[in-house]
Amino acid sequence: MYVVIVGGGKVGYHLAKALLEDGHEVLLIERDRARCERLEAELGDIVLRGDGCEVGVMEQAGFNRADMVVAVTGDDEDNLVVCQVAKARFQVPRTVARINNPKNAEVFRRLGIDHTVNATDAILAHIEQELPVHALIHLLSMRGGGLEMVEVRVPPHAAVVGKRLKEVLLPQQSIVALIIEEDGTPKPPDPDTVLHPGDKVVVVTRRENEESLRETLTSPARFGPYGPVVAPR
Amino acid sequence: MKVVIMGCGRVGSELACQLEAEGHQVTVLDINPDAFRRLPASFKGRRVVGNGIDQDVLRRVGLTEADVFIAVTQGDNRNVMAAQIAKHIFQVPRVICRIYDPIREEIYRGLGLETYSPTRITVGRMKEMVLQEPVPRRE
Repeated sequence: MYVVIVGGGKVGYHLAKALLEDGHEVLLIERDRARCERLEAELGDIVLRGDGCEVGVMEQAGFNRADMVVAVTGDDEDNLVVCQVAKARFQVPRTVARINNPKNAEVFRRLGIDHTVNATDAILAHIEQELPVHALIHLLSMRGGGLEMVEVRVPPHAAVVGKRLKEVLLPQQSIVALIIEEDGTPKPPDPDTVLHPGDKVVVVTRRENEESLRETLTSPARFGPYGPVVAPR
Repeated sequence: MKVVIMGCGRVGSELACQLEAEGHQVTVLDINPDAFRRLPASFKGRRVVGNGIDQDVLRRVGLTEADVFIAVTQGDNRNVMAAQIAKHIFQVPRVICRIYDPIREEIYRGLGLETYSPTRITVGRMKEMVLQEPVPRRE
């Protein structure tokens, strides 16, 4: 496979190295002269110096025969333009963009980039999983449509404790996919399933509904069975 | 009309003043607060500091209600990205995008953006000035 990488920073360097080791043909485009020299000393004659956003440089790099173009500069707008021009002008079959601002994932998808890779989200997901008190954990971003799979842990004093699923009003376009009981037993959700404290509720939802979903499943009950409940702080 | 201008350089600031003078509601966005010194004290529109390729910033400057969005920062790619967010995510009815590079301009015009390339227009105009007016003879 012929892969062109735009951006010779750390990501670009390690990516080029890994792809070369796998036997692919690789070309790395980098703007900075000193960095180009270092890359060439390390990786050999696979470096092209120039602005990967310029159509002239893309022609020189042979974008028209590239199987894949990967844009991994530190600027989201540059990565976007590289991928869009690769598609529109050179009909590159697959484009991959690194995104630095996680919120741009949706933008890139809507603007036709095949695949985005986002280190911030990957690290964030790990951090969230390490924090047991975090009420809402991102498990997965689904491609297209802005859907997310999240996990919400039902706190002991939540208003939803003791309710059946059908009685819980979830935000629009939110579907409970799975319930994991406190002892780790997975259970398929059912309209009559009763929620218990410590249950982990796995929900597919829209990104913009996350906050109201979290509130619905974790807000403390205003009145418990024995009168008003004081929310623990 | 509600107009949002991204980039408070010579073009952005001048355009903002002229549109405001004609009674439009103008917001100017720039990543660098120093850029607003180009606006006269009499300019009554909003000045917002922020990065125009960030959706949250664009929402804050009121892109959900804007009638016109104009991208005139120094960076072609920044203009292209912000203009596409304005057009495709915020559905701003009129989006104008400056792209210095004539080749990139042609590509994005093909992709449906309303583009403006000062390079192409200046070259065309200067060529006309040189070739269509008679050049006076040297003494």
